[in-house]
Amino acid sequence: MRSLGRYLLIRTLLTIPMIFVLVTLVFIILRVMPGDPVKSSIRPGAPQEYINEIRHTLGLDKPLYVQYGDYLWDLLHLDLGTTLSPVRGQSVAKQIWEHFPATLELALAGMLVTAIVGVGLGAYAAHHRRSLADYSLRLYAIVIYAIPVFWLGLMFQLVFGVWLKIFPVAGRISSLAVAPKHITGLYTVDSLLTGNWAAFKDSMMHLALPALTLGLYLSGVFVRLTRSNMLQVLKMDFVTAARARGIPERTVVYRHALKNALIPIITMMGLQFALLLAGAVLTESTFSWPGLGRFLVERITYRDFPSIQGAVVVFALLVASVSLLVDILYALIDPRIRY
Amino acid sequence: MEPLLQVEHLTVTYETRQGPVRAVDDVSFTVYRGEVLGLVGESGCGKSTLGMALLRMVRPPGRITSGRLIFQGRDLLQLPENEMRKLRGRHISMVFQDPMTSLNPLQRIGDHIVETIRTHEPHVSKKEAWERAARLIQRLGISPDRLRDYPHQLSGGMRQRIMIGIGLALNADLIIADEPTTSLDVIVEAQFLDLLRELRDEFNLTLILITHNIGVVAELADRVAVMYAGRMAEIGPVHDVFHRTLHPYTKGLLASVPSIRLEDGLELETLSGAPPSLLEPPPGCRFHPRCPQAKPICSQRVPPWKEIHPGHGTACWLYAEEGA
Ligand SMILES: Nc1ncnc2c1ncn2[C@@H]1O[C@H](COP(=O)(O)OP(=O)(O)OP(=O)(O)O)[C@@H](O)[C@H]1O
Ligand code: SF4
Ligand SMILES: [Mg+2]
Repeated sequence: MRSLGRYLLIRTLLTIPMIFVLVTLVFIILRVMPGDPVKSSIRPGAPQEYINEIRHTLGLDKPLYVQYGDYLWDLLHLDLGTTLSPVRGQSVAKQIWEHFPATLELALAGMLVTAIVGVGLGAYAAHHRRSLADYSLRLYAIVIYAIPVFWLGLMFQLVFGVWLKIFPVAGRISSLAVAPKHITGLYTVDSLLTGNWAAFKDSMMHLALPALTLGLYLSGVFVRLTRSNMLQVLKMDFVTAARARGIPERTVVYRHALKNALIPIITMMGLQFALLLAGAVLTESTFSWPGLGRFLVERITYRDFPSIQGAVVVFALLVASVSLLVDILYALIDPRIRY
Repeated sequence: MEPLLQVEHLTVTYETRQGPVRAVDDVSFTVYRGEVLGLVGESGCGKSTLGMALLRMVRPPGRITSGRLIFQGRDLLQLPENEMRKLRGRHISMVFQDPMTSLNPLQRIGDHIVETIRTHEPHVSKKEAWERAARLIQRLGISPDRLRDYPHQLSGGMRQRIMIGIGLALNADLIIADEPTTSLDVIVEAQFLDLLRELRDEFNLTLILITHNIGVVAELADRVAVMYAGRMAEIGPVHDVFHRTLHPYTKGLLASVPSIRLEDGLELETLSGAPPSLLEPPPGCRFHPRCPQAKPICSQRVPPWKEIHPGHGTACWLYAEEGA
């Protein structure tokens, strides 16, 4: 396990140059893109002197390389700066911190739906290869992947929210008054921890549609991946040997084979996490989910450079830590893997 | 001798794109309790297919198309799948060729054995099963600590011993070992065969030993069955088959093994040519294109089975009436 520790340390250190390249790219793109944070935050038609004065106080009139240097220097001190627009001078870190739990909750719930639906259905399809269920599931996997995620969200809102009126279609909770005490920031978890059943039910109802949207959207990839991995594993000698020992078919398929098929699937989960976050951004907008994704989209329209850069850094860190987590899981599941 | 398994007119067919392949064609023989029966023949003659058929586990597109498998008074081919499953591992156990791949890489050695015991004897507690496994592998010459290891941490020889151990754990009536030593190196192979010999005497094992190594048969088997191109060519006690060889194919097979001394200095021609395609096998006796003693009838009619000495029979026109 000591070597695993060293491996993880190296992996962590490697994320630093990766993030450096990313923030540099984002910095440049934002400055090249048309639009201006000052103009987008004040009344149109304000006098040019006034605009210039604000630009000066914000340091936006300095040469780009100086701004870039300042930005990196601050980032090095874990300072994400203050907002420019629509409101000036708020701490970006604090705003991100406030929006983060909502995104985490959605992402985790989406991942859970993907894992259960994708892996479960994929394994079932492999088990019943060439049956009607298998063909239907393969079709499902292709269709669900081709559908745009926001369209899927809209359909869910329409059917389950508007027509059937089962689930709410926006927000995380009915009113902030019933929100559970802040522990992790995940409403479902916090309400469980505090035994606040009303809040638990309410937040689960709110979470259901966005999590289903995001989870089902990604499930197609996992149905296909699980199915093909399972078909390979089911052909392996140890599966035949397990059957020859009289182990019941269900145990052979869903315990022995599935566990072996899971190893590449977990890697895929790690790789798909970036896609999950992208899906989360879109899903958050569709469901007015007050998370980082919606925050990012909003700040892009205001050209609020520090917020955009900050959110991107956080997303990148998330992707990096998930891939690290996947490596750890990998080592835990597969005894053959030692770093 | 008490018959344990009677195989009657067993036929296994692979439905391939080119047409049906009868990998096992009208094969009959009996396995007696407490014996080691060697099953030999060239590569592709259907030995593994026959072994898998005895467990009713022929891989698709293969299928048992006819015959009977009378095991302890019941025809296995008539059993519902769930009954058959309960027989596997408990009454009939299989040891595969490659011990590297026949254990689940993510499952500890001990859990393989415990899982098998508890599948067939659900009332046994985990702890009890684990202790049984520990005693067992100690008998096989492996330290019980190894139960906590994963398959990749064991050597090939150890893994193969574990596979045998799984069969012994439930006291299987019949163990089928399909080329169990092919993937082992010579020294480990010798050790493994020694162990098998010991176990045979100690547990009164009934073993079908599939191999293309005649030397292994000579050392370990009581009787030997020789297959050629999906059919049974000759069966008999090892001594008889080696020294009063009937079938020309068996003679050729033995001639290719220098270590077996033939008593009366019988000159044997080694085999030439290759085994036939099972997709379109030669008519009559399938061996006739390669047989040095072939007669005209050999290419026309399938030779009938004849018992020449007690318990020693063959399918060859040299020993049968042509008019019959
Ligand atoms: N999956 C399959 N599809 C089609 N034909 C098959 C299949 N498996 C086996 N066969 C055919 O069945 C015949 C017997 O194969 P089998 O594996 O039983 O031979 P074997 O005697 O065990 O050979 P070896 O000594 O190489 O293990 C082969 O000639 C092959 O053509
Ligand atoms: S039947 Fe004829 S061809 Fe076949 S082995 Fe006997 S003699 Fe040879
Ligand atoms: Mg074989």
